[in-house]
Amino acid sequence: MGEQVLLLNRQPDRPLSLEEYRQSGGYEALMAAVGKRTPEELRQLVLASGLRGRGGAGFPAGKKWSFIGKGHPRYLIPNTDEMEPGTFKDRVLVNVNPHLVLEGIILSAYAISAAKGIFFIRPSYEMDAELIERELGVAREAGFLGENILGSDFSFDLVVHRSAGRYICGEASAQVNAIMGRRPHPNKEVHMTDAGLWGKPTIVNNVETLACVPAILRKGPDWFKGLARSKDGAGTKLFCVSGRVNRPGCYEMPMGTPFNEILDEAGGMSPGSELKAFLPGGASTSFMPPKFSQVQMDFEPLKETGNRLGTGAIMVFDQNTCLVGATLNLLDYFTRESCGFCTPCREGLPFIRDLLLRLEHGEGKEEFIPMLKQMAHHMFKAYCAFAPGAASPVLGLLHHFEAEIREHISQRQCPFKGK
Amino acid sequence: MSTLPPELQTELAQQVAAADHPREQVINIMYVLQKHYGYMSDEAVEEAAALLDMTPLEVEELATFYDFIYREAVGKFVIHVCDGVVCWMFHEGSVFDYLCEKLGVCAGGVSADGMFTVLPSACLGFCDHAPAMLINGVFYGHLNPEKIDAILEKLRREYCDLVICR
Ligand SMILES: Cc1cc2nc3c(=O)[nH]c(=O)nc-3n(C[C@H](O)[C@H](O)[C@H](O)COP(=O)(O)O)c2cc1C
Ligand code: SF4
Ligand code: FES
Repeated sequence: MGEQVLLLNRQPDRPLSLEEYRQSGGYEALMAAVGKRTPEELRQLVLASGLRGRGGAGFPAGKKWSFIGKGHPRYLIPNTDEMEPGTFKDRVLVNVNPHLVLEGIILSAYAISAAKGIFFIRPSYEMDAELIERELGVAREAGFLGENILGSDFSFDLVVHRSAGRYICGEASAQVNAIMGRRPHPNKEVHMTDAGLWGKPTIVNNVETLACVPAILRKGPDWFKGLARSKDGAGTKLFCVSGRVNRPGCYEMPMGTPFNEILDEAGGMSPGSELKAFLPGGASTSFMPPKFSQVQMDFEPLKETGNRLGTGAIMVFDQNTCLVGATLNLLDYFTRESCGFCTPCREGLPFIRDLLLRLEHGEGKEEFIPMLKQMAHHMFKAYCAFAPGAASPVLGLLHHFEAEIREHISQRQCPFKGK
Repeated sequence: MSTLPPELQTELAQQVAAADHPREQVINIMYVLQKHYGYMSDEAVEEAAALLDMTPLEVEELATFYDFIYREAVGKFVIHVCDGVVCWMFHEGSVFDYLCEKLGVCAGGVSADGMFTVLPSACLGFCDHAPAMLINGVFYGHLNPEKIDAILEKLRREYCDLVICR
């Protein structure tokens, strides 16, 4: 399994308390940083660690922080929207060690001189919202949060923002609109780092990204880099494995661990199941056939295969699962969740979905295949990254499983029906 | 004229006044009103708008956007059934269809006893326990017909404050 950094001392049935976290070095990084190191030093260390964003896009965290604008107050938004299908790592992380998450948030806030944090969380995680609210009270009590943290002149407080659903609220600029009580469309007209929340400098980071920060500061950037197994990778990664495996769950393993080793960690394929395909990082990535079993699960190695690491949410499909049906399910989701702001996505996704629906029902025609390709490529003209994400499983299906589409056409029915 | 009980009216007005920016409270206010009225009724939209100094249309834009704000009457328990791809993989005889049949409702409808509403929902983040559903904030996983029957029975029997997801 390798060294545990984020899920260290994981208990099966309860979160770790503040005391337990402190026994393994918790809040030491904060005590060593606040008032003793400059924010600039923190930013440099995180940059040197090679930490890349865990929210899906893999943007280097230290680099993003270096863009922070001059204005004040500044905001930090820990993103726990986690609505990418197949993804549940942030839920596990918050539940295993809420104080690690909180320390990461406070340190990152210090690094960008933020005065306020807004912990953005999806409604199905209400229990976790309550947990964080309770524990941030404990942290405040201990002097780690609030006015003059640890007696320094750094003040930062955190509130929980409960969302009311919808996938697009996970997108950074849409999230900022959501918090401001506006309709949550993405907004690409402004730079969040200059004019984000309430027009002030704002950083949105995934909570897993932020939770890496305490260990980076305590043990150093080189140690963090050394955790990874891929050439230019850094750190560990929370992989959540679901689908036809024996032990679905969230596993912390070195960044760059090959897919087949993660599958083994999850207990291998379920009885009677053979690996047919996997989505490496959520619904917005592309299907991969078994020939990619050795692929290193990290940003660059997956990019080289034309795919993406996404959120590291691995969904495993077996030989009895219809991938046209699976792609139809995904497109149902994307069609419903499209925010409707731009035309390629709002109009194109229902079109793709309709083609898949007809294929699945045995009404498909040969010309649907080029039409699907063309429509999927149109998604890259959309306003935000939602639509290219939606196109990814469709392109994977076309690229690796065209034969299965053709079977649907030639047999005039789904070949898996009644199996 | 507000139809809210005066204490609730005061409480909400204070909540808005305490915020740095009143509008950031809009979802919280909608949750409270939804709990009070049982769903986000026309009246609730008007109340939210008045409290937040927004137009009813601005509130409506949000109320109809979010899937955990219910713009139509719902049962005491709203069952969010996951229709994400992992749960789909495990649906031998769909959980959604089973629930609808059992409760005699279609998507969004209210069961005759006023207890339940069934809604299809995006991946709930509980895929390691597929197939899954969420009822008023509580996850239920590894579902099958027997398990679902037992859960419904328990909810019918045991008193539970009206939560509607919060
Ligand atoms: C449609 C869409 C949904 C997203 N959902 C999430 C999410 O739920 N959680 C998250 O951390 N990032 C999500 N992102 C990515 C964010 O826009 C942003 O890149 C990320 O939160 C930045 O954090 P990071 O740099 O730490 O990864 C989403 C992006 C898109 C386009
Ligand atoms: S791509 Fe889709 S989600 Fe993104 S702005 Fe356009 S309509 Fe909205
Ligand atoms: S797919 Fe059902 S909980 Fe994720």
